[in-house]
Amino acid sequence: MGDSSATAAPTAALLTVRDLRVVIDGVHVLHGVDLDVAPTGVTALLGRNGAGKTTTVRAVMGLVPRTGSVRLHGGGSAAPGEGTELSALPTHLVVRQGIGYAPEDRGVFAGLTVAENLRLAERAGTPAYPLVHELFPELRRRAGQLAGTLSGGQQQMLAIGRTLLNGNRLIIADEPTKGLAPKIVAEVAEALARVAETVPVLLVEQNLALVRRLAGRCTVLADGRTAHTGDTAELLADEEAARRLLGVGGRAGRGSEVGGDGTGGGAGAGGGGAGAGSGARTAGEVDAAPAAVEAVEL
Amino acid sequence: MDTVILLLCTGLGLGALYFLVASGLSLIFGLMDVLNFAHGALLSIGAYGTWWAGTQGGMGFWGAVVFGTAVGTAAAVLLELLLIRPLYRRPRDQILATVGVGLAVPALLTGVWGADARPFPQPAALAGTVHLLGAIVPVNRFVLLGAAALVLLALRLFLGRTRYGLVVRAGVEDRAMVTALGIDVRRAFTLVFAIGGAAAALGGALSGLYFGSVHPGQGAGLLIFAFVVVVMGGMGSVTGAALASVAVGLVQQFANYYTAAGLGDLSVVVLLAVLLLVRPRGLTGRLA
Repeated sequence: MGDSSATAAPTAALLTVRDLRVVIDGVHVLHGVDLDVAPTGVTALLGRNGAGKTTTVRAVMGLVPRTGSVRLHGGGSAAPGEGTELSALPTHLVVRQGIGYAPEDRGVFAGLTVAENLRLAERAGTPAYPLVHELFPELRRRAGQLAGTLSGGQQQMLAIGRTLLNGNRLIIADEPTKGLAPKIVAEVAEALARVAETVPVLLVEQNLALVRRLAGRCTVLADGRTAHTGDTAELLADEEAARRLLGVGGRAGRGSEVGGDGTGGGAGAGGGGAGAGSGARTAGEVDAAPAAVEAVEL
Repeated sequence: MDTVILLLCTGLGLGALYFLVASGLSLIFGLMDVLNFAHGALLSIGAYGTWWAGTQGGMGFWGAVVFGTAVGTAAAVLLELLLIRPLYRRPRDQILATVGVGLAVPALLTGVWGADARPFPQPAALAGTVHLLGAIVPVNRFVLLGAAALVLLALRLFLGRTRYGLVVRAGVEDRAMVTALGIDVRRAFTLVFAIGGAAAALGGALSGLYFGSVHPGQGAGLLIFAFVVVVMGGMGSVTGAALASVAVGLVQQFANYYTAAGLGDLSVVVLLAVLLLVRPRGLTGRLA
């Protein structure tokens, strides 16, 4: 945890997670995660593979049994500063507090059409189809197509589009650029940046170029605990800390743990960010980051 | 030729019965991962409800069918709320509980009305036969077929055109993701149990027509073949269940007639084995 409690400002945060613990099949997956999601912009949740990022967001959503405190602040339903305790709520009620969730595997319903996927996500009030169609015109064009026949990028747009229909107070996106082609990564990044202008976003992301561009603050997990909380640019500028916390910038062997493609780093540096864009998390990523940042800016 | 026509109509009638049981079974398994061994009990409840209302209750035939179906539906809802839901995260206990209900209900029916088959009230209009292409076919076969067709149509409209149908189709694919869209999927569970129970109880009411009598084990005997139908059709697929029902009913009738009695039942199992070898995901390509 270290400096997390010092830098955290609980009353200012939109979502505060304290001492979140998860045990799955007798195995302790999370041993105490602390996390503050800023009330504006993008907050990144970082860490090596297996650090507990996805489990953390699944625990926030109530998709795995959890203990600890998860509080959503602001809004009309609770006294200011108190917030609504989410950790005892079932998933559908967590969502109805105003949280949109785009899961790691995108979670689109393959046997349903694009329009049906969106209709399923409609909750009370008028669904914000104009916003969704403006950000992702492809979803309107392909309304009648089965979601299972969409490309990975289109499925990701659908997954994000579903979170935008309901005027949510927070959007959680778990690795939205995983496995996508560089051009699509740029489109998704652009959409996330647009979304974050109006709704705060908690972003789990391995593409550090994207994180550097989008996220003002970040929390880093290691072995199921919060290892670092702070300013994203500062962390990524500190090569030693980035290597220690994220396993990047060091020996190539580190990269194989997550990315697995030893050629990715070289391609990323030489190919103008192509490697970083395709989600390669190899040793070369931090070095390649400046080029990659250019690649994702449209 | 007339024999073929008769076997065809009888096989289709039997297939219609299988479909009425299997459609609910398939949806329940597809959405909830619950193997409902109590589904045959729901059929028996529907059969006895109809029989009771038609004889002791003094209702007309169709009134009795409505009564039996309503009782079976209510029983299905109670089963889901009182037994299935509390055991939601304990699938093994869930299966044991449904097996228990599947055994207890016939025992209860035996205790109250005896183990013997009871003659089923047949309205005059449905007791007769019709001549079809030279064959003499009992009218009730067509009643069964009509009922199954209506149920299939209604289920397809429900699944395709309604919000809850959308929730059920999505839930069959990925239940957790449905809840992650803010939907209380448990309400769909109860609804699917009610629909499945209604179809099975209707099947029970009409099985009395088909067999001419009701007995406590009526549902259990049909349930085995309904499970075969569900696996063949693909779990969670109503259209698959309809196709598989027809296949199982026809194969059973023809094999029983043209080979030795009893071989028809065996041939159904062989059909299932062959299908699983050739198309492991069932007729419609859904996960079997």
